[in-house]
Amino acid sequence: MENFNYIRPAKVADAAKAMKKAKDGKFMSGGMTLLPTMKQGLASPSDIIDLSGLKNSGVKVGSKSVTIQAGTIHADVAGSKDLKKAIPGLAKLAGGIGDPHVRHKGTIGGSVANNDPAADYPSACLALGATIHTSDRKLAADKFFTGMFSTALKDTEIVTAVEFPIPKKCGYAKFPNPASLYAMVGVFVAQLADGSVRVAVTGAGAGVFRVPEMEAALSKKFAASSLDGIAVKSKNLNSDMHASAEYRAHLITVMAKRAVDAAK
Amino acid sequence: MPAITMKVNGQAVCGDVEGRTLLVEFLRDKLGLTGTHVGCDTSQCGACVVHVDGKAVKSCTTLAIACADSEVTTIEGLAKNGKLHPMQEAFREHHGLQCGFCTPGMIMSAVDLVKRNGKKLDDETIRHELEGNICRCTGYQNIVAAVKAGAANM
Ligand SMILES: Cc1cc2nc3c(=O)[nH]c(=O)nc-3n(C[C@H](O)[C@H](O)[C@H](O)COP(=O)(O)OP(=O)(O)OC[C@H]3O[C@@H](n4cnc5c(N)ncnc54)[C@H](O)[C@@H]3O)c2cc1C
Ligand code: FES
Ligand code: FES
Repeated sequence: MENFNYIRPAKVADAAKAMKKAKDGKFMSGGMTLLPTMKQGLASPSDIIDLSGLKNSGVKVGSKSVTIQAGTIHADVAGSKDLKKAIPGLAKLAGGIGDPHVRHKGTIGGSVANNDPAADYPSACLALGATIHTSDRKLAADKFFTGMFSTALKDTEIVTAVEFPIPKKCGYAKFPNPASLYAMVGVFVAQLADGSVRVAVTGAGAGVFRVPEMEAALSKKFAASSLDGIAVKSKNLNSDMHASAEYRAHLITVMAKRAVDAAK
Repeated sequence: MPAITMKVNGQAVCGDVEGRTLLVEFLRDKLGLTGTHVGCDTSQCGACVVHVDGKAVKSCTTLAIACADSEVTTIEGLAKNGKLHPMQEAFREHHGLQCGFCTPGMIMSAVDLVKRNGKKLDDETIRHELEGNICRCTGYQNIVAAVKAGAANM
């Protein structure tokens, strides 16, 4: 791993300023994606701006939405008693990310900013219609995730929180890759407060995506059987040593049904 | 190179680090605490697990400089007054190791999981909690038995 300057600012504005000054800076939250990438030599930033000094952690449940500070580790999201009552599917998702050690460092802010095509959180953000709060603005999840490892974030922009509207019910089902623990396919299904249904898939394509046919069928009747005969085409799905595109297409329907059955 | 201080196994230590110095490098190379192992370069095996401020983390994926002023516990810090920690004793008793390479990480993870889940543990919980610790030798059966017994004695 190449050496770098290390800075740990205490304020969001100072972090953005440090980034502006750096030749090729990188923000770091839990480092659970960034450090492995740097150890592999795939990134060698001139400066690491450690956001843990911002101390912005916590889960706050309001009457209509839940706001999770960007620096909240996965273990604290999974363990939040209030969240388990308000959006149980989201707490369950966080408890299934990686392993306990990853959950002790990795953060929701880092996960959404990274937008790994096999990450879990982006599916919850998209299905629940979350709003991503940044140092500069508020962005709907539909606008935030723009493709493989890419988001609408500008270079000096910092994710500060993610706000999730409280749904009627929701559920998440993941088929993990047994080695990496990331989603080979993960499906998040949510019936929102207004009765509309959103279905978001991770792990299967270049980035998280919605499935309108499933949403329409589940809006008529929220039951696993509504998804009988509905499948996503395998044409643009990922194919690798772990699973072919056809297998992933099949898994999407299976996981979507499990997510509906698990919805609370 | 900045100098950092931290508390390791209850003792105040200090040392010079680069930004890129990993916690595991600081522990092994600077402090000579070679009980913490490195088994992979992909953050997946858990041989390097230590506790930082009470939480089990992978020291191969943690910057030493980010642990300045933290409290770190390694496998060397578990035994007290020449007596093995109940979890170490249980691994010995139940033959929870063969080559022993994964064992420090297994035991540090086990102690952490008992703290979070209590002393009465079923096999399923133990196996789920050990997903971040890979063993190439034992087939896990005796590790699970050791964790169960060690938990009850903690
Ligand atoms: C063994 C292992 C298994 C894993 N399994 C899973 C899994 O099953 N599911 C899953 O979803 N993830 C998994 N992960 C990834 C893990 O959840 C990461 O913690 C997460 O993706 C990144 O969060 P972080 O806080 O560690 O971010 P970092 O690694 O610190 O940063 C990631 C990226 O986001 C940027 N960034 C970080 N914070 C911010 C911010 N606040 N604003 C703007 N940009 C920011 C960084 O510059 C960097 O580019 C796994 C990781 C490991 C090592
Ligand atoms: S050496 Fe840290 S996870 Fe393998
Ligand atoms: S005992 Fe050899 S790796 Fe676990």
